[in-house]
Amino acid sequence: MFVVLRDLLRYNSEFLAGILMTGVVVAMALLSFVSPYPPLDQFVAPMDVPPSAAHWFGTTSRGQDLFWLLTYSIRNTLAFGLLVAILSRILSLSIGLLAGYRGGWVDRVLMSINDTFIVIPLFPILVLFYFVMRDNMSWVMLAVLTALLGWSYDARLIRSVALSLRHREFTQTAVFSGMRTHEILSREHLPFVLPIVFSTSLNNMNWSIGLEVTLAVLGFTDINRPSVGGMIYWANQHSAVVAGVWWWIAFPVGLVVMLFIGLYLLAISMNEYIDPRSRLERGGGRKE
Amino acid sequence: MRAYARYAFGRFLQFLLVVFIGINIAYIITHATPIDPVEHTVSVATAFGHTAPEAIESMRQSLRELYGLTGSPIEQYLNFWRRVLVADFGPSLSAFPSPVSTLIGRAIPWTVGLLGVATILTWIIGNLLGGLAGYYRRSRILKGFGIVAMALHPMPYYIAAIILLIVFGYLWPILPISGGAQMNVARDWSFEYVMSVARHSILPMLSLLLVGLGGWFVGMRSLVSNVVTEDYVVYAELAGVSKRRILTAYVMRNAIAPQVTGLAISLGHIFSGALITERVFGYPGIGSLLVDGVHAGDYSLVLGLTTVSIVGVSLAVLVIDLIYPLIDPRVTVN
Repeated sequence: MFVVLRDLLRYNSEFLAGILMTGVVVAMALLSFVSPYPPLDQFVAPMDVPPSAAHWFGTTSRGQDLFWLLTYSIRNTLAFGLLVAILSRILSLSIGLLAGYRGGWVDRVLMSINDTFIVIPLFPILVLFYFVMRDNMSWVMLAVLTALLGWSYDARLIRSVALSLRHREFTQTAVFSGMRTHEILSREHLPFVLPIVFSTSLNNMNWSIGLEVTLAVLGFTDINRPSVGGMIYWANQHSAVVAGVWWWIAFPVGLVVMLFIGLYLLAISMNEYIDPRSRLERGGGRKE
Repeated sequence: MRAYARYAFGRFLQFLLVVFIGINIAYIITHATPIDPVEHTVSVATAFGHTAPEAIESMRQSLRELYGLTGSPIEQYLNFWRRVLVADFGPSLSAFPSPVSTLIGRAIPWTVGLLGVATILTWIIGNLLGGLAGYYRRSRILKGFGIVAMALHPMPYYIAAIILLIVFGYLWPILPISGGAQMNVARDWSFEYVMSVARHSILPMLSLLLVGLGGWFVGMRSLVSNVVTEDYVVYAELAGVSKRRILTAYVMRNAIAPQVTGLAISLGHIFSGALITERVFGYPGIGSLLVDGVHAGDYSLVLGLTTVSIVGVSLAVLVIDLIYPLIDPRVTVN
């Protein structure tokens, strides 16, 4: 594990950049625990102050310190992404492994459902959900719904790996030694797909965070819970760009872009690590 | 031919399944909520001034009928399906008494025109450049383009749109930043009107292109670089087939199949994309209609739009699936 990490850091500059960027964002989120301001307090700082020594990222038109508000927002946004990633991983793992292992009609039924979820338009459904829930909407519920709609891509990927595992000798051995299906899946097949699960969950986080930011920017989430999208929403409500309060938009956008690029770099560098062919290419054994 | 019929039948079943599951999700979400849309509408309508209790009661009754909330759960469910099948979602509340279907019908051409064209254009340009980049690996220009496309790719769409808006709206105002066409031009097929529509679509189109290109480019490049090393390509090269012919008929032809599946999926995302694009650029399509409907508390409009987008998306996927055997004849064999 440590050797892998060390090698990645040494030979893969994308991994290093990804770790650094994600690290800064996570550090920012951790700072929220020592924030001098409670997240929902307003008018505790002078309004519309540009970035300065006292207020690093400036203050908003609602009298909030942008830096500390941003620490809460990014923490909530990260928490949302993580929750969606974990929940949808459980779904995609169990469905993908089961479909790949059982094959036959189980596979066909599960994959039909899977393909359905790939094409169903998410946004209208999430907006409809907001529409009927209104003020009763909580971020946990949104995360559960997003996870329910977002497992399908990765389930297909996991299934394709599981399909190849099915005919390997050790699976036969496990079957003959009397292991149950869920035991085979969790003890024999799971370790093989874990690397993919890792890299796809980073992409999944990117996807769900992008979704949440967009919904929040449109005002379709719980806008009183600080989140990066919510901050942009409030900045738009106060016409921050027109009023010249550019920092209200620029810092949240900058931070979330950094998170996006960081996670994306981590995901692609990990993919490269998992797929030895591309590693060969990188290491000079270029096939021209 | 029989193989194709079987394939088409399977795809059609899949289409029905998508519509079925999608509509059921919409039904469950709207009916398993603690909030009663009728009470919500009533409270909005009676928030100002005094209304007689009998009037409120009759309003509640007619709203219940309007929303199909009368009768047993099974009746409601069947009623819901009947309305979906005949595309009758009742009158819109925010634009009373226009029927929801009229409003949606008016908005759809804008969305499909903008997003559909943008999606297909992005797909063609991205795949073409990606294919070239995979084949001519030493080209500096294509390499540079790859780096730019990769850097733009993870950028959230919303942010790209805002940046374009600031650059071309405030810093260098040469393009219209909002609306679908100029207001003072008659809406017929005159040259002036068409030009106005085209000019208004440049910025939204550009924003979609910028963010979308990278994915297709990278995908196609890696697909092509896999195909290039295949024996039949080497054989064609040795046999003296012209480079251009190898690229189009041997390499791209074989690499494009998975990308077509991708196109089907991204056509499906038109309705999701519409929401943000149209919001940012004030485009009069389905996305704007949905956002307005939500803010106005227009239950039937929102439900109608969700249903229409589910059916529309599945139809788009079905069409691509049906023409897919033309591109990859192998799929009908098994």
